Amino acid sequence: MTQTASTPASAAGAQASGWRQARYLLAENPVSAMAFVLFALILLLALFGPWLVPYDPLATYAGEPLQAPSAAHWFGTDNLGRDVFSRVVVATRLDLSIALVAVALSFVFGSALGAMAGYYGGWIDRLSGRLLDTIMAFPLFVLAMGIVAAAGNTVENIVYATAIINLPFYARMARAEVNVRRNAGFVQAARLSGNSDWRILALHIFPNTLPPMMVQISLNMGWAILNAAGLSFIGLGVRPPTPEWGIMVAEGANFIISGEWWLVVFPGAALVLAVFTFNLLGDGLRDLVDPQRRT
Amino acid sequence: MQPALLDIDDLTIEFATRRGTVTAVEQVRLRLNKGETLGIVGESGSGKSVTSYAIMRILDRAGSIHRGSIRFSGIDLVGANERAMRDLRGREISMIFQNPRAALNPIRTVGKQIEDVLREHAMATRANAREKAIAMLRAVRIANPEGRYHAYPFELSGGMCQRVVIAIALACRPQMLIADEPTTGLDVTTQKAVLDLIKDLTREQRMATLLITHDLGLAAQYCDRIVVMQKGRIVEAADTATLFSSPQHDYTRRLLKATPGPESKVADLLPEGDARRALASPPNPEAPVLLSVEGLSKTFGAPGSPTSHRAVDNLSFKLHQGESLGLVGESGCGKSTTSAMLMRLLDQSAGALWFDGQDIGAIPSKQFARHPLRAQLQMVFQDPTDSLNPRWKVRDAIADPIRRLGGTGDKAQLRRRVEELAENVGLPVELLDRYPHQLSGGQKARVGIARAIALNPKMLILDEPTAALDVSVQAVVLNLLVDLKERLGMSYLFISHDLNVVRLMCDRVMIMQAGRLVEEGSTERLLNAPEHEYTRTLLAAIPNPPVPASA
Amino acid sequence: MRVSNKLKLVLLRLLQAVPALFGIVLVSFLLTRALPGDPAVYFAGPMADEQSIAEIRQQMGLDRPLPLQFFSYIGDLLQGELGQSISTGQPVLTELASRLPASLELTLFALLLSLLVALPLGILAATRPNSWVDHLCRVVVTAGVSLPTFFTGLLLLYIFYFLLGWAPSPMGRLDFAYLPPETVTGSFVIDALLAGDPETARAAFAQLLLPAITLGLFTLAPIARMTRAALIQVLEGEFIRTARAAGLARRKVLYRYGLRNAILPVITTLGMVFSFALGANVLVEKVFAWPGIGSFAVEALVVSDYAAVQGFVLCMAVLFVLLNLLIDVIYTLVDPRVRMES
Repeated sequence: MTQTASTPASAAGAQASGWRQARYLLAENPVSAMAFVLFALILLLALFGPWLVPYDPLATYAGEPLQAPSAAHWFGTDNLGRDVFSRVVVATRLDLSIALVAVALSFVFGSALGAMAGYYGGWIDRLSGRLLDTIMAFPLFVLAMGIVAAAGNTVENIVYATAIINLPFYARMARAEVNVRRNAGFVQAARLSGNSDWRILALHIFPNTLPPMMVQISLNMGWAILNAAGLSFIGLGVRPPTPEWGIMVAEGANFIISGEWWLVVFPGAALVLAVFTFNLLGDGLRDLVDPQRRT
Repeated sequence: MQPALLDIDDLTIEFATRRGTVTAVEQVRLRLNKGETLGIVGESGSGKSVTSYAIMRILDRAGSIHRGSIRFSGIDLVGANERAMRDLRGREISMIFQNPRAALNPIRTVGKQIEDVLREHAMATRANAREKAIAMLRAVRIANPEGRYHAYPFELSGGMCQRVVIAIALACRPQMLIADEPTTGLDVTTQKAVLDLIKDLTREQRMATLLITHDLGLAAQYCDRIVVMQKGRIVEAADTATLFSSPQHDYTRRLLKATPGPESKVADLLPEGDARRALASPPNPEAPVLLSVEGLSKTFGAPGSPTSHRAVDNLSFKLHQGESLGLVGESGCGKSTTSAMLMRLLDQSAGALWFDGQDIGAIPSKQFARHPLRAQLQMVFQDPTDSLNPRWKVRDAIADPIRRLGGTGDKAQLRRRVEELAENVGLPVELLDRYPHQLSGGQKARVGIARAIALNPKMLILDEPTAALDVSVQAVVLNLLVDLKERLGMSYLFISHDLNVVRLMCDRVMIMQAGRLVEEGSTERLLNAPEHEYTRTLLAAIPNPPVPASA
Repeated sequence: MRVSNKLKLVLLRLLQAVPALFGIVLVSFLLTRALPGDPAVYFAGPMADEQSIAEIRQQMGLDRPLPLQFFSYIGDLLQGELGQSISTGQPVLTELASRLPASLELTLFALLLSLLVALPLGILAATRPNSWVDHLCRVVVTAGVSLPTFFTGLLLLYIFYFLLGWAPSPMGRLDFAYLPPETVTGSFVIDALLAGDPETARAAFAQLLLPAITLGLFTLAPIARMTRAALIQVLEGEFIRTARAAGLARRKVLYRYGLRNAILPVITTLGMVFSFALGANVLVEKVFAWPGIGSFAVEALVVSDYAAVQGFVLCMAVLFVLLNLLIDVIYTLVDPRVRMES
């Protein structure tokens, strides 16, 4: 259904034109370009954070609690005298990994389930539909709370809970994308060419569903980070004194009404920045994948 | 000479795109008099629709009138402000579009939608709007107009939706009607009904009509004068008889030739001397039977349940080796279901299928994918874009059946074979490394054909292989198909709704209606002396261009 | 004929909520009984010794086979038996019932706020692409989905309570200086007004405003985004072109043809928005010490009061199903195309 039927004069492959398209969009849309830069920065902090920070994020300095931001402590210190900057930077890895693993899990299982349901229909479809409906019948954050509370208050369970509540998004998307292509001409042609069902699904249909899925992954990363931070904010999963953005905001909450703003603002801002980056990235990818549906 | 109702001069329209400004319409000049019907004919991208949008001043945001004037009964439409235009639209100039179902508000009853126009232009009051809307529905010959007044578009057929659109357009008795491909996508019989309706109503009200179409035959039948557009320019303008008897411009001549008529042969579609012209050999009645179908039926839904629907009902026929058999019917008649069963993509509910002496009907469709006979039964699909995987290179698309069924593991050999196939279908070899979206419609059609013949099948089902193509491309592809059939000795089952194309391509024809075969016979006999009432209706509905005097 | 058809469809929608409710009950049962670990330990709480755990196990029937346990679990639920909260000593049902009005007041008021802002914002952005409203909409939408509610809440507190002193202290629904009004609707603001006590109503409203804005900011984004996207898509539709070609006035094209179609996907999105709102509600309640079921659950989590948490999850899920049901019914009434499928 692409409307770009016009033939580019050069014989360059779609890969090259894809890159050109990407470069063009980045140049035209500086916001997406910024998102890519921020993403690289966050990735860097997650990988090398512990070696970059000036202080041990766990070390307490009883002598200097609740210091406002200064040259020595850029983001100030908390009530135990720990350096907020170091804690914020080191927390990047944990927050990012929770979200990444959760999203990866829900992508793999969700899209496999959805693709099967969309391709075969019938009882697989009905069964998976029931399962997803049941998950979606809960307010998702509340379900995550329930799962973590029941399965045990650990970081792994935060990951599983986040993966479970994200699963329906991938499954439904994969189902819809596979379903519209199930009887497309090229799929029928593949059948006539002697391809088996799983081959058609894996090699012919699934690659076509990837672009919208990538957008979903990016947007979902932001949401997963928010969820995990929200859970630790109410005391689930990550335990103090581990540095993690949600828990740091929770600890700082007691001091906000007495004016020690930096305990909340810096970890909160880091959280916002990370989520913001993934959301912008998702929007940018959407432009790349589907220029007609730019929002 | 009285002043024209519509007078367009030097109209140039530009579109701002990512690649810079594109001129869609250039220096167009045309006149339309009161009560006259003018056809604008052109292939896709000729700028015919854009011109009509400019008259209504409803171009997309990206498009703008760069130069020129449009005058409608003395009013300058290019300079008119939006308020003045709104007053004219629907009251003085109306427009109807293709795809009638999408042209109606899906969640408003059709009666209300007619009332909206009447009330907007003060042609009705709150008290009598409903009565007038029902009168309009009656005028466009909708049965039970009082009941249909409450219907939503999704409850009506495509043809009925187009009648409602016409009712909206004509409700305020405008002086001019613009019809932009009003029947594209509708069945021929519906097409005829809709166009006859437009003709009758505009005659009655002495309205001028601008009919925009890609179909020369259609324009010939309904228009007093015709302008031919190509790449944004008018190449020729003449009254209908003159245009067909002595076309002046080369493009017009080619277009006329490429439009299949009742007398043409497939080679005639291409200019004389064109190397691609193909000649079909006469049918051989002695040839052995290749495919034999007996009592083929397909029922969807549980038998006996109210939703159960018999799509194909007790179909029997034979296809001989080297024969080309046509299967003709309107949408929903069961053509596609039939072809899916013949291709073994779908299991039949009842009936037997014998192919090349083997009972393939007994093999479930799931297992047929790996059956040796799979290679012998191939298909060319209707929509060349939809039938190519957008993420696969052309080379891989053609190679796929050979890899899966051809048993060729040798890379160099495979490469040679794919290039040979490309040559066979007239596809430049350098295009093999492109992706489908980088090809034109005709090129994509060739890829589809190359893939279908990759395994040297004995039988090919051609499912409206040219329905999505412009006539000049269709001419080339049809000749290619005839040529390949001769060279490779294939049998064709040619599925189409277009009897003129079937006439060119087929030795025998079957007419299908509501899942049943209603008539079958040699093309010659069936089209010249149809026996069944339905065949006669179909034949009468085809718009035919007048036979050029020179032929 | 049409009316009775609609009625049938609405009844069908009600029936379709039954499997969802069953799923919820099954999941919440599985969460308690089928997970690794001993539920008796959870229910007994952290202070329990061997003997009390064993007692609880027998008392809960945990020594019986799972299907039997499930039936008695359903039986308990039907009688409103959700167990005892160990932190307060009260039946969980009583606790939830007394706190639910506070949560509802907050959530519904926040939704109302965000609808009032998001719909006009989305409409303006869609009808004036690339204008300042469009850009504002884009910023609000992206910021709205990126801001964690607990962070927004704390930030607003810092600005409006600590720096400016405009907001009252974040200590629940009503300052200690006032007496809660007599319960009619459960909303302090409305009840106080009904009781003819504008002073208390004002005080309750002041307490409500900041948490509601916090929650509203979060739900605003998806609504505005969907409104804008849906309206843009509808306005590109062919029937809009027909309406324009028929010379209909701009307002009529926009509202009668555009918006009425665009509102359908927005209604569908509301389901997701409710899901977000009920989840975020928990966080907002914690930040503002709002005495609803969310903060009750958070307190219960801290002391591993499992019966309370489970009751809370069940209560939220049922609430969500009811809200979705409402959306479905509205949709059924608005869209003529909804048929009796499935």
